[in-house]
Parts: sequence; structure tokens; C-alpha cells
Amino acid sequence: MPIKSYILHFEEGKKEIVLKELHNLQNCEVIPAQNQNVLVVVTATDTEELDNNIYNQILEIEGLKHLSLVSGFDTN
Amino acid sequence: MEQKIIDRRSFIKKMAALAAMTAAASMFPGIIFGYEQEAGIPKGGNIDWKKGPCRFCGVGCGILVGVENGKAVAVKGDPNSEVNKGLLCVKGYHQTICIQAKDRLTHALVKKNGSYVKTPIKEALDIVAKKMKQTIEKHGKDSVAMYTSGQSTIPEGYVASKFMKGAIGTNNLDCNARLCMASAVTGFLTSFGADEPMGCYEDIDYADYFVTWGNNMAEMHPVLFSRMLEQKNNRGAKIIDFATRTTRSSMASNKSILFEPQTDLAVANAICYEIINNGWVNKSFVEKHCRFSKGKIKMGYGLEDNYNFKDEPQSIDFESFKKFLKDYTPEKVSKYSKVSVKDIKYLANIYGNPNNKVVSFWCMGMNQHTRGTWMNNLVYNIHLLTGKISIPGNGPFSLTGQPSACGTAREVGTFTHKLPKGVVTEEKDRKLAAKIWKVPYERIPSKPTYHATEMFRAVDRGEIKFIWIQATNPLVSLPKTSRYRPALKKDSCFVVVSDVFPTPTSDVADVILPASWHIEKGGLYGNSERRTQYWKKMVEGPGDSMPDAWMFIEVAKRMGYGKLFPYTRENHVEEIYNEYRQFHVGPKHEMAPLDVLEKQSGVIWPYVNGKSTQWRFNAKYDPACKNGEDFHFYGNDDGKAVIWQRPFEPAPEMPDKDYPFWLNTGRVIEHWHTGSMTRRIPVLHKAMPHSYVELHPEDAKKYGIANGQKVKVSSRRGSCTLPASINERGLPTRGQVFVPFFDENMLINDVTLDAFCPISKEPDYKKCAVKIEKA
Ligand code: SF4
Repeated sequence: MPIKSYILHFEEGKKEIVLKELHNLQNCEVIPAQNQNVLVVVTATDTEELDNNIYNQILEIEGLKHLSLVSGFDTN
Repeated sequence: MEQKIIDRRSFIKKMAALAAMTAAASMFPGIIFGYEQEAGIPKGGNIDWKKGPCRFCGVGCGILVGVENGKAVAVKGDPNSEVNKGLLCVKGYHQTICIQAKDRLTHALVKKNGSYVKTPIKEALDIVAKKMKQTIEKHGKDSVAMYTSGQSTIPEGYVASKFMKGAIGTNNLDCNARLCMASAVTGFLTSFGADEPMGCYEDIDYADYFVTWGNNMAEMHPVLFSRMLEQKNNRGAKIIDFATRTTRSSMASNKSILFEPQTDLAVANAICYEIINNGWVNKSFVEKHCRFSKGKIKMGYGLEDNYNFKDEPQSIDFESFKKFLKDYTPEKVSKYSKVSVKDIKYLANIYGNPNNKVVSFWCMGMNQHTRGTWMNNLVYNIHLLTGKISIPGNGPFSLTGQPSACGTAREVGTFTHKLPKGVVTEEKDRKLAAKIWKVPYERIPSKPTYHATEMFRAVDRGEIKFIWIQATNPLVSLPKTSRYRPALKKDSCFVVVSDVFPTPTSDVADVILPASWHIEKGGLYGNSERRTQYWKKMVEGPGDSMPDAWMFIEVAKRMGYGKLFPYTRENHVEEIYNEYRQFHVGPKHEMAPLDVLEKQSGVIWPYVNGKSTQWRFNAKYDPACKNGEDFHFYGNDDGKAVIWQRPFEPAPEMPDKDYPFWLNTGRVIEHWHTGSMTRRIPVLHKAMPHSYVELHPEDAKKYGIANGQKVKVSSRRGSCTLPASINERGLPTRGQVFVPFFDENMLINDVTLDAFCPISKEPDYKKCAVKIEKA
């Protein structure tokens, strides 16, 4: 049951779009920074496969500049 | 069972989020997450937000602590603070978490037959007072010593000074600020006759260029660095990082220039050479406001016990200064500094161009230097020659590491040679102190005794037989702890440690006193820009914990000095500050009254006619200027600043065949100094759980060392084994290794050298010779 956290860098002016897309994803929590073009994203899924899926879905979001993994936990 | 799993998952999710926020905060100093500020706030709570300064670094950010039901439940940046305008760094956000650490010192511990026995605080204070008194009776006043801190509050430092110098009558008082900014003090005093920066943080809003001299501000002064980045992004201001190692600051700067350790002395002289050679000297400023001097050279490095040095300044003229600089042409200096001629000229051009506003920032790189005072003088030379000083956006700015290195160590003067105003060697200063303290002035000795390093050498030699160490952890932070740890363990010295948490220093104490953490007591701190900040007690401390000032007062009373300390437990902070203010009456250093400090998020001294003085020595802003000119350097009797002729001299220990690497030590953003607080904050500890040794990838390859592999770093004094860090956070130049000193399990100061600047007596933690091998 992997839990991962990421720093997501988005393009100037794309905060709202990125936030909307992320909120549409299941198993995904978002903590936006108030004064920088970055968000913290935490995903919590049941399997490695789902984890991989959500990772790929995030990568496809319009306006995303860069996604870096910060921590990963397996709660099994 | 299921509930447990859910709780565990939600806990881990929170940890994961915090880890990401910590990382983001190190990438973007000053970043704000709404979530983080609200974390831990109970729903529907009734939170009372109380104002104070951050407990950690010398930036002195204003914080608001959310208190509910007597507990600190949240921290946020104070939006009214001119320092941080609501921003905080990752340490600042998490600061109050440490007070709940399980191993918090809550009761006094007295060593009996080799083990610590929990003892009521009153009894422990009886023991301390009795032991101190007996030691004085048997061995004289100079057999007892006190070693305090730049984290002590202004009232704590003041009471320590009054107790040691005014009541007992010994100058055996020094503090850990000796290890971090003593060279800045002697630099200011020798150049301007008055300590502390002339400008303020608002300089950041006007400067076109920031030159950081050996100063990794992105990690050490993150909120100020974020203010600089804001100016870089908004106005196109430029940041030039001049350092011996590539750091996060270098990466975020417009330009990074690397130099060979110790050669900053030569490069600074080369900049002056270029300024003069290109006709960029601000002649009218120099003629009106400066004079030239030289001092002794080849002073040594203080490596031997009882080392003594006194400079002998001699006046020189501009022509001899110009002649002296001929040895420092960019071409000559480039050869040994490894800075290209082009880069030296580039730096000189930044300062030399009359249209540029330039601020120079520095901290440990220049101060922890065996020629630290000289290095400070040299950067002042550059600003004085060009007249770029005491003007908004133009100025030299030495930063401090501790929250009250300025307010307590420098202003109150918890150094052996200092008094709350002036120095012990001056009769008029002793007379003033004696008058305010109501003691005979003959009681205050006129000779300074031990500076920090020499104090611990004196413990080792058996001269000091009682030492009280307060709010500091010298057995992690002193250089060459391999000598001073066995010294403090000796039976010849009775050791008292007051602190909030156990540390390697409290481990060798005979009595451990439980101290209050900063929000559990009231106090005042003074930050790097001369800003005094006052806060009131916010929460109760646990068990028998007690404010340090009150411990001193209790011991002083037990030793028969009660009349000198007529303060009340409830209001001692305010009573002591009001007494202290009397030392600084007048427009050169007037301190703001408490009612003003209570309302505002800090006030910059001199506080004159209801206003902070933001730029000293400039008649437009500073009412103390009296010479009728634009500038008045009134710290010196002739009203002039001094341009010093200071040569390049090599470091005392350089890499050689047996020890082929330079060792540089320093800090990381997650941990504050020796880590006794931040290592007890889980999110910070998890983000940076242990120290490491940074290597250049080519050096690592040559020695067959992989990332994470254990490496033994050894000097002629000791060794330390740490995991290798290659191409991670920082990148040392080839032939250099870097180790953070926060980790008490990996004591790199067993390896460092206790050489110091002969003028300031500040040790050099940035340069000694080591070898490395796979462990
Ligand atoms: S540690 Fe320094 S920069 Fe960080 S919040 Fe505290 S005072 Fe500000």
C-alpha cells in the first residue's frame, strides 16, 4: 500500500488548472504553496500498479513543469 | 485493528506531506503552505496568537505562536514583522515541536557516585552556590568561570555579566558567540570604532548587486535569501556567490565564483587594487571620512596555550596603501586564488561602478578565519574606497548565526573584555558599570581573562575549577573537542550545565539544571540588523524548569549578593531590561522602551525621537551625526573610518602529502547548530537524520568511494567516520571535503583545529588538513 509524496512544479498562471486536474484524481491529496509555483502532492494507493497509474496520470497534467519524488512509504 | 491501520496510514501520509514541504522549503526558502500552518490546530479551537522572535537563527524572524489551553499548537510567520513579512523557514515553522520531546530536561540532576539523581531544583541551586563559593574561597575568584550563549536572552546575559563581573569580580565570562562573530566585532571596532552593521535588511530592497562572501544564505539565512531572490526576480537584482564550495546559494545565484580557501584576503585586496587602478575611488568621500592604517603582521595563529597578541596600529597614507596593493594585481592573485583575472575584474567592476548599489553579506566564512578581523576590514575597505556605505542599498553587512548574538553577546557584552557599555580596560566604562550595578568600581577587574578556546584550555590545565555552561553545547561546537572533552571530564573542574535537553556537554556535568525554552519565559533578543524584539511568556514550562536568568539570581542570592539582584520572579525580565537600558542612554545606542517593543515587531536601535535609526553614520538618517557633513563615523574620536592595510597570509595548516584535503565544516538548513533542538523535531530529523562528508566526484572516484559508503576523515587531532555524499546537496572543489557539524554521533570537531584569529580569538572551522579513507 504505497504512499508517496512529490513536489510538483507548474507553469506560471497554471495553478488553477493543475489543481482542478489533481482534485479529479482519486487517492491524491494536494497542498498548494501560497507564494511559489509549486504544490506538494501526496498519493496513497493500494497496490504498486495503482501507484504507477496515478504517477503517470499526474505526469500528463497540462501545465506541469516538473515532478520530483520526495518520499515513498509502503504501509504493508 | 482496522482503526489502527487507518491511523497509521494517515500518520504516514502526514509524514510524507511534511517531508515534501521540508524539501520544498529548502528549495524555496520562505515558502508558505497554508496546510502546514494549520496542521495540529484542533478544530473549532480558540487560539490565542502570541508574538515573539524565532528561537533559531540571527535573521530574527517574527513568529506568532498559537496557544490553546496553555499549549503551543501552531506557529506562523508574523506578517507585521519587517524582517520576514510573514515568511518562515522550515526550522521556524516546526520550532515549538521540540519542547514536547520525551527526553526534555524537566528536573535538576545531580551526579552522585557516578549516576544522576533527580533533585529538587532548590537543592540543586544550593549545591551550585555552595560549590561556587567554596571554590572562590579556596582558589580565588578567577578559578570560577561562566560560558554562556548567543541564545541567551538580553536579561540573561546582563545578569550573567553583573553576577560575574560586578558581584564576584572576575572577568571569567565568555560565550559561544566568540565562535561565530567575534571577528565581525573586532572588524567593526577596528574600522569604525563602533560594533554592528550600519545598515538594515531594508538594504535588500534597494541593492542592485548582492555579493555573498563565503556565505550559504539559502541554507543559513533562508528568509533573507528569499527576500534577495524576490528582488532578483522582480527588479533584476543580481546575486554573486563568492565561496569555496558550490552550494544551494551558488545554484540560485546569477554567478558563482569559487576561490581557494584563505585566498579571500588576496582577492579582496585585488578588488581594491582594481578600484584604485581604474580611478573608481570616491575621492571626496575618502578624503573627508577615511584615514589609512596598518597593523602588525605574521601574528601567529593562537595554537599554543596562553597565546597573547596586541595589535599596534600605525598611520599610513594613501600612497603607501597604493604601493602595498601592487602585490595584489588580479594577475598575481589569480595564480594562487584560482579565481580568474576576469572574475576578479568582474567583482571589482561591480563595486567600482558608481551607478551600482552593492550590499556585501557574510557570516561564518569570513568570521571563522584565522585572519577574520583582517577579512572584515578588507571588505570594509572596498565599501569605503567606493563610498558605498550607510546608504540604502549600499553597505557591508555581517550576519549572525544565533538569535541574540548581537543583542546579548555583543550589546550586553558577555565576553571577557566587555561590559554592557564599553570594555573592562577603560576606567570610565568600569565606573559606569559600577554606578549602575551599585558595586565598588575596584571590584571590576581591568584585565580580560579567558576567551572561549582559552577558557577550555584553562579547564584542561586545571586553572578553572568550576564552570557553569548555559544554553550551549561546547562539546559538539568547540574546535578540537578531542582535547576539551577529556578536559571537562577531569575531576579538577566542577561542571554545571543548564539546558533544555541533554547534550554531550550535559553528559559530563556534575549538576544539570533544567532550563525553560524561549516561549516558556519572557525575554528580549537582538538580531543581525540591530533589531530588539521582546516577548512575554506564552506557555508554562514542564516540571522544575526555570528561566536561566532566574537560576543566576537564585545562586547569586545564596552566595550573599541578594541586594544586587532585587528583581521579582514575575517581572524580572522587564526590571532587568529597564536597568540595562541605562547603559545606552543617548542617540548612539538608545534602546527602545518596553511599551514600544510590546506593540511593535521589533525596533532597531538607536531608537531616537520615537524612531528606529536604519542607517547609522549617515546624517540623513542618524541623529547622532554631529560633524555637519553627510557622514560621520562617530565611533572613532576623529569621526573617520579606517581603511586597513592587511596582507594575505596562509592558513596555519594546509593540505600536504599526509593530509591532502582541506576540511571545511558548516551547517545545513534543517538543523540549527549542534542539533540539540532540531534533531528532536521529527520532520527535520527525518529530512536530515545524520551528518555526511561531501566529496568532489573526481576525488571519490580516485579513492573508489561510492555515495553513502562510510569514509573515515582524519586529522592530526582525531577522526570521524561518516557516509559519503557525492553530487548531492553541495559540491566541494577538488581537494576539499565538507562536513556539517550538527550531528553529536559524528563529531567532526574532534578533527578540527583550534587555531584562531589573533585579534578576535575566533576559531577557524573552515580550514585544516585531513586525509580520507574507506572505513
Ligand atoms: S531559523 Fe532563521 S530564517 Fe528560519 S524562521 Fe527562524 S529566524 Fe527565520
